[in-house]
Amino acid sequence: MKFFERLRGRRYEPSSGEVAKERLRLVLAHDRTSISPALLSTLKDEIIAVISRHIAIDVESVQVTFSQSARESRLVADIPLLTGRTRRKR
Amino acid sequence: MGARAITVTSGKGGVGKTTLVANLGVALAMQGHRTVVIDADIGLRNLDMMLGLENRIVYDLVDVIEGRCRLRQALVRDKRLSELFLLPAAQTRDKSAVQPDDMMRVCEDLRGQHDFILIDSPAGIEQGFRYAIAPADEILIVTNPEVAAVRDADRVIGLVEAEEKGPPRLIINRLRLDMVQRGEMLDVADVVELLSIDLVGIVPEDKAILVTANRGRPLAFSRDSSLAGRAFHNIARRVRGEDVPFLSLREPGMFERLLRFVRSG
Repeated sequence: MKFFERLRGRRYEPSSGEVAKERLRLVLAHDRTSISPALLSTLKDEIIAVISRHIAIDVESVQVTFSQSARESRLVADIPLLTGRTRRKR
Repeated sequence: MGARAITVTSGKGGVGKTTLVANLGVALAMQGHRTVVIDADIGLRNLDMMLGLENRIVYDLVDVIEGRCRLRQALVRDKRLSELFLLPAAQTRDKSAVQPDDMMRVCEDLRGQHDFILIDSPAGIEQGFRYAIAPADEILIVTNPEVAAVRDADRVIGLVEAEEKGPPRLIINRLRLDMVQRGEMLDVADVVELLSIDLVGIVPEDKAILVTANRGRPLAFSRDSSLAGRAFHNIARRVRGEDVPFLSLREPGMFERLLRFVRSG
């Protein structure tokens, strides 16, 4: 199905089952930790503020998300550093 | 010692807890285990109807707890299946009539004479849920492959783990094979991955479940008439500790149907 749709040049649209799974993945992560999306966003802002006080980081690309393994949740912050090379590119 | 107490719960209502308890009770009794099913949904009694025993109730769980009768007087024995007993819920009371300690005491009294005690928990996570899980040696979580049911199941799993009851096991009820194949329903693997607990059963959606409930004769009485009937018996065997492979729940393709038609003809 996906193959033929691509042949016809259509953009791949996820099935409702896939959408359900993705939505649940997010909402369960929030339920389990009682961290709301708003709190996550605050955390992200403050993490950026603290770290950029000491080192140069790529503020636009910072991602603060949940990761789930079994029934454990962890907070993952992906913070790209601005190295000499990336700085020159800009 | 004695009977193992198993509580069936779900968080969300309407996912099929009572149907599951009725069928699991029938399956265990048919497999030769003396089984008592307890309707813990005080005020919303239903397990009696599922089992077709609604006209034989004299006393109920609250009568036992409040000392108006002895436990043995409240047990309704299924005439079709001599190993199956029902301890009915009170219909005219509410959940505040039962405390966790009461359930513990009732189950202690039952353990000596039975092999399994199945407790049908009320929906929700309030007092009814609390007293229903209090005596449990094991907890089974029922869910449907549907966003609200899975979310509520996850919440209940968290509460059960907080009670240090040991990891609950999962039953996925009302799976629609045709919809899963079209990608329109969460698959078994998706639900198991999201909830991260062991699976103990998959029950496909089946009209026969409603028809048998209409008659008060659970589908599990006729084990091999349907996939769902076999699913209930397989869950019973897994609960007993047997290692039973999961049924292949694929819809037969065109070719298989043709082959079956040719063979049967």
